[in-house]
Amino acid sequence: MDVIDLGMRAFLINRILWMALVLVGLSLITFFLAFVVPADPARYFAGPHATNAQVEALKRQFGLDRPPYEQYLLYVWRLFHGDLGLALHTRSPVLEDLAVRVPATMELAIVSIIIGTFVGVFVGVISAIKKDTVIDVIARVFSLGGVALPGFFLALIMQYIFYSQLSWFPAGGRIDTDIPLQQITGLNLLDSLLTLNLPAFLSSLQHVVLPALCLSYISLATIARVTRSSMLEVLSQDYIKAARSKGLSNFVVIYKHALRNALIPTSTVIGLTFGNILGGAVLIEFVFRWPGLGMYVTDSFLTVDFAAIMGTTLLIVLIYLIVNLCVDVLYSVIDPRVNVMQK
Amino acid sequence: MNRVRSFIEGWKVRNRSRIREFRLSLHYFLKSPLAVAGLLITLAIVVVAILAPFIAPYPDVYVDLQNKYLPPSWAHPFGTDDMGRDIFSRVLYGSRITLEVGGAVILVAYSIAIPLGSIAGYKSGRLDNLIMRFTDMFLAFPSIILAMAFAAALGPGILNAMLALAVTWWPWATRIIRSQALVIKNSYYVQAAKASGGSDFYIVLHHVIPNCLGLIMVQASVDFGWTVLVAAALGFLGLGAQSPSPDWGLMVSIGRIYFLTKPWLSLFPGIAIFVTVLGVNLLGDGLRDVLDPRLRRR
Repeated sequence: MDVIDLGMRAFLINRILWMALVLVGLSLITFFLAFVVPADPARYFAGPHATNAQVEALKRQFGLDRPPYEQYLLYVWRLFHGDLGLALHTRSPVLEDLAVRVPATMELAIVSIIIGTFVGVFVGVISAIKKDTVIDVIARVFSLGGVALPGFFLALIMQYIFYSQLSWFPAGGRIDTDIPLQQITGLNLLDSLLTLNLPAFLSSLQHVVLPALCLSYISLATIARVTRSSMLEVLSQDYIKAARSKGLSNFVVIYKHALRNALIPTSTVIGLTFGNILGGAVLIEFVFRWPGLGMYVTDSFLTVDFAAIMGTTLLIVLIYLIVNLCVDVLYSVIDPRVNVMQK
Repeated sequence: MNRVRSFIEGWKVRNRSRIREFRLSLHYFLKSPLAVAGLLITLAIVVVAILAPFIAPYPDVYVDLQNKYLPPSWAHPFGTDDMGRDIFSRVLYGSRITLEVGGAVILVAYSIAIPLGSIAGYKSGRLDNLIMRFTDMFLAFPSIILAMAFAAALGPGILNAMLALAVTWWPWATRIIRSQALVIKNSYYVQAAKASGGSDFYIVLHHVIPNCLGLIMVQASVDFGWTVLVAAALGFLGLGAQSPSPDWGLMVSIGRIYFLTKPWLSLFPGIAIFVTVLGVNLLGDGLRDVLDPRLRRR
């Protein structure tokens, strides 16, 4: 037991050191990309009517007149003091912006993963049981649609059908602006439940449905595909034959014996699709004007706002790395046959 | 003439097993309706891209403000856009951009990935570690954000978008090829080649890479789909192709503001993206099932 724990600890230390290295490398890349770009952030911030002297003063104020390596060290120094710089396009500190945006994206991502997992596993199981029938073909095409349909296009279609034609759901935003909501965790759905604010809950729920459906379709495809193939593999195992020959009903065999084992690969994929969800959120949030990380990063890219770009990419990569680490660790907990130390 | 015939006969005899394998693969491939559909869609898009100037009723770039926002009709099957241009023609021309972008990105990404991946897998040890840690760095990103970062830094434009996509893509391809090279390295035929004095370079070139080709074909077709999607997303966000290019992503983006009242502006280019990506994915899935003998029996 001790030996295993020791291995696990070494593995964790190794991975966390590696994560730190990735973040340093990443910050270097994004930081020096800023010097390749011809855009002049000080001039942008000063506005179109500023004199050259005003722009120079701003440059000095932001430290933009110093050599790149000095600016980088200054950035890292500030980073460790919790200062990510000033976002030019929102004119407020990046850290404050991110603190508001992260819960919004989290809420969207969590709801989408829940939808994607349930529907994905269901579709995968159905198409494995009904392999090579019409149902299987339909299920596979349906899940392939999630891979092939551009997220922004799906979002537009959803808006057209459910907002413009049926007016069931709002076109964008997180909550109706005239409904007051006390912020506790920043997750609107949770906050409104905690404060027993029913109108706010319903409004948040209405707003989250369309973007979450669009986003879940991306992860659904991968989850369904993996569930299908692992289910097929499990169904051909001897213990399934044994279960059947014991006279157990089809339902019990499939849901109690097969599905449980088939879900092991699915569970890792759910973690991995989290990366896709974060990436997909960029476009979905952009179309639905969902005030999360994705919309923020797009706005920063479009205004070439480097403090905001750096802060957001660092954060997104950090989240992504942590999720992947958790997946690897969980994997070895769920399936003891897998040894995380052997790569 | 006779010499040619005898050469062909000789080739047939020497490659008997390959021909048999090919026929068997073809048989399994044609048995799957989805795979055949994927092949047909892909072929159709290639044909459209080649013939676009001949079959499109209007040019791709012109202005006709008299005929703005016309809904689909016989004269304009997909309607007209905000400049009065025929959307049907622009969608046909757009297939060229899509194939160019996808093809170029896959070509660049794989010409980096094939040597790096096969060497990393075959040589393992320090070199392998170095290459893999380097790819890990890129894989730590959601690919769309990395592509956006490069596209934003390089400045908007189709060439820069292609460059950004290639930079984003090679690490994924490298990893997959490496994993296959690791398997091949331990095979008996590589050991035999080593025992008979083959150099590392010879073995990588004649055994490792050829045996990765099946996997590369499958992966490249799926990656092609991804590339088209991300390129469209860049175009949609304004970081890729610029107006008046008939890029599908850009066309969806132009129509976005009118979508609730004049949906045809975005609808048809969007469908074109969907059909293309669906086609190459079905093709890739079909190839995977055929090229992996373990999947055939299922």
